[in-house]
Amino acid sequence: MVKIMTQLMTEDGIRCDGRKLDELRDISIKVGVLKNADGSAYIEFGKNKILAGVFGPRDVHPKHMANQDSGILRCRYHMSPFSVTERKNPAPSRREIEISKVIKEALQPAVILKDYPRTVIDVFIEVLQADGGSRCAALDAASVALADAGIPMRDLVSACAAGKVADRIVLDVNNEEDQEGQADMPVALMPNVGKITLLQLDGMLKPEEFKTCMQTALIGCRRVYEIQRKALMEKYFQSGDQ
Amino acid sequence: MGSQILDQLKRGKILDLLKTGKRIDGRSLDEQRQLTIETGVIPKANGSARVKLGNTEVITGVKIQLDKPFPDLGDKGILICTAEILPLADPNVEPGPPNEEVIELARVVDRGIRETEMIDLHKLVLIENKSVIGMFIDSSVIDSGGNLFDACSYASVAGILSCTVPKYEVKDEAPVLVEGVTSKPPIKTLPVSVTMARIGDYIIVDPTKDEESCMDARITITTNSDGNICAVQKGGSDGFTAEQLIQCSETALSVGKKIRKQLEQLM
Repeated sequence: MVKIMTQLMTEDGIRCDGRKLDELRDISIKVGVLKNADGSAYIEFGKNKILAGVFGPRDVHPKHMANQDSGILRCRYHMSPFSVTERKNPAPSRREIEISKVIKEALQPAVILKDYPRTVIDVFIEVLQADGGSRCAALDAASVALADAGIPMRDLVSACAAGKVADRIVLDVNNEEDQEGQADMPVALMPNVGKITLLQLDGMLKPEEFKTCMQTALIGCRRVYEIQRKALMEKYFQSGDQ
Repeated sequence: MGSQILDQLKRGKILDLLKTGKRIDGRSLDEQRQLTIETGVIPKANGSARVKLGNTEVITGVKIQLDKPFPDLGDKGILICTAEILPLADPNVEPGPPNEEVIELARVVDRGIRETEMIDLHKLVLIENKSVIGMFIDSSVIDSGGNLFDACSYASVAGILSCTVPKYEVKDEAPVLVEGVTSKPPIKTLPVSVTMARIGDYIIVDPTKDEESCMDARITITTNSDGNICAVQKGGSDGFTAEQLIQCSETALSVGKKIRKQLEQLM
């Protein structure tokens, strides 16, 4: 165990990929990358490469899923067979079904569905290459894609994880840290509303660490928000400084 | 359609009561329903439990069998928790492959027991990389009355506590069953999950089915015996503020203590 920890972090808090404790991986977001989708985004978050496409509001199939009072949101998070080291079976796994559900529930508070009764908004997420934190990166792309589709929203949803590695709280857990570290906590935030719409944890944290870890993740979410905002500005107000 | 109107009326009633600090079944906001645990209900299983949490009822069976370790985890035994909602448990459940709610339920129960490291999986290894003991903890909801997460989690923990592990000896590089000898599973800590629902500005512990039908968001927090927080899952179509979540983590620890005492009696 001790051996693994020295690999994950040096004495002075430099992580296995050279980052500081509170440093995000490189993030870039492109808006409107798909011709057929109503809205789309492509995100590179560290080694994650993820596409999100939004369709709708459109007719609901099957019809019985339609809600007379409100639109519905559907979400599919899917990993390509070539996205991980060992080939992944292309059929949706239980993990992917769970992640689809938590991503949908993280986006739902931001989308004003009441305006579109009897319709569906479909969010399709394809993870082309996966690194640690793919659900957060996927959410970040999906939220931007929804905005790109012109769907009325209360806020963007910005997601980022924090965790515990070698007894220290770190921002934005990468794949190695997720596998060997002590805790991983993905968080999604509506930054202007101040509402947390996704929170998961696996690992072991003291109550004090739980608070610090959540606060650390929230700082990450706010930084991601600035990148999302800038990406949207670049498409819609070319100067990028509006 | 009809049920949507009913849910709105229900929400109005439940919220009005919450404003006066009460709940529809007379509980206080941080009070759980009565929990009864019975173990050894399925003698053919290595361990079993029948748990009632208010109107919710769950039966869990633990089966133990020889297994091969996962290729990348040759120094650990196998632990798998599942959960299902039987069609006889709820008029809205149909037979067929599990939907996303059921998959989430099973994965959250599994995560709670796995991440608290309730069982010392290293002690389930017979021959490294070759042969290990596998523990399969399967929960069936037989009556659904809300908060299936906690009911399934308590039943799984109780099932594990009640189980006896057959003894195997390694002879000529192969495990051989020793008849008539059993031991207790290697338990390190007791996980306790506490599920809370947010309705308006109110956070309530252990929601009933009616309360769940009109909640804004849900959070399940699992703690271990040392007071660490080990697993969290937020659900539902709305969110929480950071302050609410910190309050929930404190509630999970305080409410969890009482439940842990009840589970300790099974040891």
